Amino acid sequence: MSQLRPDLAVIAANVAPGSRVLDIGCGDGALLAALRDGKQVDARGMELDPHDVAECVAKGLSVMQGDADTDLVDYPDAAFDYAILSQTLQTTKRPDQVLDELLRVGRKAFVSFPNFGHWRVRASLLWHGRMPVTRLLPVAWYETPNIHHVTVSDFRDLVAARHLTVEGAWYLSGDKRISDAAASWRAEHAVFLLSR
Amino acid sequence: MADAEALLAQSHVLEHTAPLALDGGQALNGARIAYETYGRLNADKSNAVMIFHALTGDQCVASPHPITGKPGWWVRMVGPGKPIDTDRFFIICANVLGGCYGSTGPASLGPDGQPYAMRFPVITIRDMVRAQVGILDALGIEQLHAVVGGSMGGMQALSFAANWPERTRAALVIASTARHTAQNIAFHEVGRQAIMADPKWKGGDYYAAGKGPDKGPDKGLAVARMAAHITYLSEEGMHEKFGRKLQDRTEKTFGFDADFQVESYLRHQGLSFTDRFDANSYLYITRAMDYFDLAEEHGGRLADAFRASKARFCLVSFDTDWLYPTAESRTIAHALNASGAPVSFVELSAPFGHDSFLLDVPALDRVIAGFLKQ
Repeated sequence: MSQLRPDLAVIAANVAPGSRVLDIGCGDGALLAALRDGKQVDARGMELDPHDVAECVAKGLSVMQGDADTDLVDYPDAAFDYAILSQTLQTTKRPDQVLDELLRVGRKAFVSFPNFGHWRVRASLLWHGRMPVTRLLPVAWYETPNIHHVTVSDFRDLVAARHLTVEGAWYLSGDKRISDAAASWRAEHAVFLLSR
Repeated sequence: MADAEALLAQSHVLEHTAPLALDGGQALNGARIAYETYGRLNADKSNAVMIFHALTGDQCVASPHPITGKPGWWVRMVGPGKPIDTDRFFIICANVLGGCYGSTGPASLGPDGQPYAMRFPVITIRDMVRAQVGILDALGIEQLHAVVGGSMGGMQALSFAANWPERTRAALVIASTARHTAQNIAFHEVGRQAIMADPKWKGGDYYAAGKGPDKGPDKGLAVARMAAHITYLSEEGMHEKFGRKLQDRTEKTFGFDADFQVESYLRHQGLSFTDRFDANSYLYITRAMDYFDLAEEHGGRLADAFRASKARFCLVSFDTDWLYPTAESRTIAHALNASGAPVSFVELSAPFGHDSFLLDVPALDRVIAGFLKQ
């Protein structure tokens, strides 16, 4: 699993072996393949981009072309042990509703997202008055797929407001772990494991 | 063909010794199923892939067409090193029951030595598959690596996976549907009525006139093909290819010649079709497709159709296919998901409408190769 993106490596390390997993926005299926091969997980995926779906099928994965905003309704309740949404929440039309759906189809949910409260983002806005283009957010505001910019603090608030249980939280800068206290400023990525 | 040797193409005929029980309640005695094989069956007989052909297809998936001599209908997909790799898989493709390329159909001789014509029993997609399962029994193949089919071939692949769930490890269904819609039935009915309205159809008993141009209901069959052919293309594709361009003339003739290129094209498609297809076969096969409703066969719930299956599934649709649009494939994928089957679904972008599954769509090659590789 050494090739995995740091947030995916965190998720892969914390999924129970032999469980049923739905990765929503699974991209080219790197996480699913790692879970299937490393943890004998029944790994399913959903992905919007047909090229990525084709890539997943070529890896022998079971992936449905679909949209996190609209197509999760087709899955029965608690069909999966984990629903995973990595780097996708900020691109959905209604992140709050997607979060509800995650915890409907999955008993638990992993959610990872880029922290728009990272100090570089704050500094760029404060000093230049411009939406940042950084290593983490390499695309200008007008063409970024990220339509809901969320910070670690925002997400903690949403989780509290919905009375969700945080079973685990991991904060990352590159592949380095950041403490909970420093996460709001210094984390580039956050990974949450949630349950109801 | 240059790689005929590498393909190891062989023609066979299966003779059903026992009566073939049909969904309509009748049984067919002495049914013959003509089939082609490619590649080599391995020692433990685990590398067989069955390909099902579409409405007007045939068993020559990768060998020259028996009448026209044109390359096989899926040579781009089947062959050494191709997505359905004959170096690795043993490929079986049969002419469907009711067909006109060597399998028993309405043109075959019945017990009284006369062609069946309309005395041939009405058959279903499941009957077609049942007749082809006999090939596996004859070859001693317990379980296929995969069943593969596009369009009506996809219906057969679905029917196979639902009704013979232990006999395949995977099912690949392209540009297909789990049931014919009112619109699908309507287009087929236009075709059938065109055939039956041709005075040379004679209630189906046209075989005595012999073969050759205009001996049978060629005009009706040609119109049926023209109507159907429109449904295989996309509006954009047709517009791009023909637009309002005129055929070999600079002015409209103010008559009813084929002024427009699209008219000329369709007339040619219709006419050349009559050289290679039997009108009664067209009636019977379109009827079988219209009767197809996989959920109905399984108590009304599509998910129940796949309950006994442990196979992997892959469904592919095309964004310009309005005959069996993406929503149909999605419905199947959701039913499979609900039944817990491992299923992938992808809508590919291609400009050719329903016919995309037969044409140059590199993304389809990747999906098929990847799915079968496992």
